[in-house]
Amino acid sequence: MKRVLRIMKTFATVYYAYMVEYRAELLLWVLSGSLPIILMGVWTQAAQRSDFGLSPVEFARYFLAVFLVRQLTVVWVIWEFEREVLEGKLSFRLLQPIDPVWHHVFSHVSERLARIPFAILLIVLFFVLYPTAIFVPNIATIALFFLAAGLAFALNFLIQYTLAMVAFWTERASSLQEFWFLFYLFLSGAIAPLVVFPQTVRTIALFTPFPYLINFPASILVGLPVNLIQGFLVMLAWCAGFFALNRWLWRRGLKQYSGMGA
Amino acid sequence: MGRYFKILRIFWSTAIAAELEYRINFAIAAFTSLGGLAGSLFGLFLFYQTGSSFPGWRWEEALIVVGIFTLLEGFSSTFLAPNLNRIVRHVQEGTLDFVLLKPISSQFWLSAHTVSPWGVPDIFFGTATIVYAGIKLGIDPVAYIVSIVPLVFGLAILYSLWFMLGATSIWFVKIYNVTEVLRGLLEAGRFPMAAYPTAYRFFFTFVVPVAFLTTTPAETLLGRSGIAGTIAAGLLAIALLFVAHWFWRFALRFYTSASS
Repeated sequence: MKRVLRIMKTFATVYYAYMVEYRAELLLWVLSGSLPIILMGVWTQAAQRSDFGLSPVEFARYFLAVFLVRQLTVVWVIWEFEREVLEGKLSFRLLQPIDPVWHHVFSHVSERLARIPFAILLIVLFFVLYPTAIFVPNIATIALFFLAAGLAFALNFLIQYTLAMVAFWTERASSLQEFWFLFYLFLSGAIAPLVVFPQTVRTIALFTPFPYLINFPASILVGLPVNLIQGFLVMLAWCAGFFALNRWLWRRGLKQYSGMGA
Repeated sequence: MGRYFKILRIFWSTAIAAELEYRINFAIAAFTSLGGLAGSLFGLFLFYQTGSSFPGWRWEEALIVVGIFTLLEGFSSTFLAPNLNRIVRHVQEGTLDFVLLKPISSQFWLSAHTVSPWGVPDIFFGTATIVYAGIKLGIDPVAYIVSIVPLVFGLAILYSLWFMLGATSIWFVKIYNVTEVLRGLLEAGRFPMAAYPTAYRFFFTFVVPVAFLTTTPAETLLGRSGIAGTIAAGLLAIALLFVAHWFWRFALRFYTSASS
């Protein structure tokens, strides 16, 4: 137990230091997540002309929440893992007495901590520019939001790490990720809150993991109606499913792994 | 000039030969492109579902904007992204030295060295969308040819902005993702400018000229913008091409090779 704690502390500090080194790069990553802000403009404008069930201010808040959720749950493990497999760098990681996934987990988590100040700065700037959208959620909502966002990050990471396993068999696993990303983009609630989806599409979407990655946490934060218990249970079920699949593929993949180039 | 065409042919035939090793990827790229188009249409449909619309844009007219956007995406993933995103790596690893030593323009080499066929499905589906909407609206065939002019200007604007951002890596080595910021902002081209609030419209016309990339060609195709939009796009395109060229020469003065 003590050993685990020590390893965790070392990993966290090392990767945090590494992330903070490239602050300018980090700021650019934050800015590249501008899609929710663009869509916020389109939706607030559209809501002024006709009735979509939400007021312009509600749309603005929703997309601000989407921006925040995306900042908290962004995952890039597949590109790193693909490179490690193709260049044979995974071999060195396999020699260490710890599962290689922890390197990725800690680099993602510590990047989050380094990124938050920039995201908060942008949110403050947003409220200065658009003061009518200011709202203060209560403590319970905030706690639930961070719980949901944390779980969304875990699910996102598990899904992408599972897709990354394909790198053992093919050279371009990341093209699979691009295909997956399309569904993520259009079904997760990143382009519009699920309440404005047509009934059938919404029902189908709720059977996939996508809406829980963005729409669910964002809706919690801005107070749109969601089924809390069902949402959390579905997320846990998807997490468990992808975890099992991931471990199975990992074991099979390692047998396949030839350590090319190392 | 003829020499450049010959070099271009050699560059591109090697690049395509290399990429054709991954044929399954082409199938995946086609699927991804089709899925992307379906998603874009769905995103647009959400605004039109309850009889609502963007002011002054009927469904088919807005479809043309989506088509042009898809076309531009295909163009940038075929010609721009594989070349311009590599400038950063050349600077970082010092391989820009070899490019500079070659007896041709280094800007040409960096901008045209490779081509990636993965954007071709996007170009195809984008064109199909434009033609479909055009037939529905009964657009005159001549209008297509006329609208190619602002479209080419749009491509030149996009190229110049992208190239200049890539060139800034001479000063700030580790900023390969600055182009991702540009790409994120280009997403605004999915919708006609009329869909945006005034502040956004100002930003997307004068700061990041997304308006000239999709809305202006679409308006020309629909025969409603007159010549003014095209002229503005043309002036901007020519100015930016010159600035990009000058900027590259200026940046090179600060280049201090790495690792050699």
